[in-house]
Amino acid sequence: MNGETSLASFRTTFRFFTQTPALAIGSSILCLIALVSILGPLISPGATTEQHILERLQAPSFKYPFGTDQYGRDLLSRTLLGGRTSLILGVGAVMLGLILGVPIGLFTGYFRGKADEIVMRFMDILLSFPSLLMALLIITALGASMSHAMLAIGVANCPGISRIVRSATLSVRNEEFVLAAEARGESHLYIMASEIFPNILPPTIIEGTIRIGFAMLIGASLSFLGLGVQPPLADWGLMIRDSREYLFLSPWPLIWSGTALGMTIIGFNLFGDGLRDMIGGGE
Amino acid sequence: MVLYVLNRVLSILLVLLVVSFIIFFATRILPGSAANLMLGEYATKESLQALEREMGLDKPFYLQYLNWIKGIVGGHWGDSLVMKQPVASIIKLRVKNSAFLAIFSLSAVILIGIPLGTLAALRQKGKLDLAIMTGSYIGISIPEFVTGILLILFFAGPWMQLLPTGGYQELSSGVLGWLKHLILPSATLTLILLAHVVRQTRSGVIEVLKSNYIRTARLKGAPERRVILRHTLRNGLLPTITVLAMDLGYLMGSIVIVEEVFAYPGMGRLIIYAITNRDVPLLEMAVLIIAAVYTISNFAADMLYLYLDPRIRYR
Repeated sequence: MNGETSLASFRTTFRFFTQTPALAIGSSILCLIALVSILGPLISPGATTEQHILERLQAPSFKYPFGTDQYGRDLLSRTLLGGRTSLILGVGAVMLGLILGVPIGLFTGYFRGKADEIVMRFMDILLSFPSLLMALLIITALGASMSHAMLAIGVANCPGISRIVRSATLSVRNEEFVLAAEARGESHLYIMASEIFPNILPPTIIEGTIRIGFAMLIGASLSFLGLGVQPPLADWGLMIRDSREYLFLSPWPLIWSGTALGMTIIGFNLFGDGLRDMIGGGE
Repeated sequence: MVLYVLNRVLSILLVLLVVSFIIFFATRILPGSAANLMLGEYATKESLQALEREMGLDKPFYLQYLNWIKGIVGGHWGDSLVMKQPVASIIKLRVKNSAFLAIFSLSAVILIGIPLGTLAALRQKGKLDLAIMTGSYIGISIPEFVTGILLILFFAGPWMQLLPTGGYQELSSGVLGWLKHLILPSATLTLILLAHVVRQTRSGVIEVLKSNYIRTARLKGAPERRVILRHTLRNGLLPTITVLAMDLGYLMGSIVIVEEVFAYPGMGRLIIYAITNRDVPLLEMAVLIIAAVYTISNFAADMLYLYLDPRIRYR
């Protein structure tokens, strides 16, 4: 690479950071977290479940850069890998919310009428119910596990997503290309899938991205309550739960997992907001 | 306007009906619930059937639901399976404790959030604005259990030992002790909710500052204080009321976590207790009460809005 292009690429990067700081900072954080989560096993110094009972609750040292937890497990390795479950939980739950919510929003927005009114009224009622309580109820019915937590948060996300998708569908419903497809005699399914869906994709993606941070937060809360990810898996929410009992002996387990979790959620929130500001869709 | 109020009252009833059905469905109808939930996975077939008969679970589910609703409306809330006490008396005590938390944190949010949001709007794009907005962004993103434990570490830890790490003390056995137990959990809830109110107040005030009547007020030489207090805040704060009502819903979720962190004996902790101990009657009523409180306060917010904004009243 010669000097001129590197300067130009530097300028592009610089402009990216000054003009859309939220998006830039958010995506940087997310890249870092993704890199760490994917490369975790390669860069982490030890196993996440290996216990060194004589070296419990140690402060950061040369041997354990982040210290150890109540079983003498290496905190650096656990923090590096603890993001995987949180990420899978957050992203998976939003995916599930999309799978449930997009068809509902698309159908009600496309057909409208009585069914639309009833379904949306129902969605509004679900929406008025605090998400954490909804998730707690579903987990009560199904039992505590990571996959049930994902399902619960996904279902709790569905009403909000279907609302957004419906209003996006309504806004393109009477566009000329939709009317043209109707005049051509295309089937409803074809129109929804091939004419409307591609056009409501941007606001849907933005909505999904914005929701990941919040879904991760609820997921971590469930794990913190002992109703999400189960031990001995390394998970930030679970690590914070464990840290409570030994808080005054060693705050390090809390500090690392709390910082990692907070940073990831900030990353997703910044990224989602930045994306919305840049594309200018959504709500 | 009467029609509007009537419509809202009807929708409250509808919401509570649907919510009660969801609660009932989740705890009793889904496979492996109710009797299974209560007895655990090692229950024998005979004991399962006996309990199912006792709870009327062998009847069709719409009959079960109707009986259940009839019982609630008639005031027969049943007994807690684990605590062996009437659900109503347990919940009464816990609602009071949670109400203290909610009132403390909501007042703090209003008293701190509105001035901060207004300040940020008046210094828009300045350093103070940036600091307030960054702070509120971090506030939204950090989970309440992290904030809560950090507060415990700082204020109740071995260094400061200013406040208790958790628990509760009755108001009757001393105001100071009671207050001390309320400070940290309320502070945690406040920090979480503050962010929303600050952001909403800021954008509401910025919106109003751009309007013509503010320009008129300034041009006619009204002092800046008066422009802000009389002209701007009156209009700019309206959306903040809606956000406060929405935050109440968020508070209902947060309170579960915060009470768990501080071992505070309120409704949130009761729900977790009921879930972990498979206490179905207690869980159902606790969740239903939280939903009812939330729906009714949303209604109250709507009515307040109606009172404050004549544009809606005369529509």
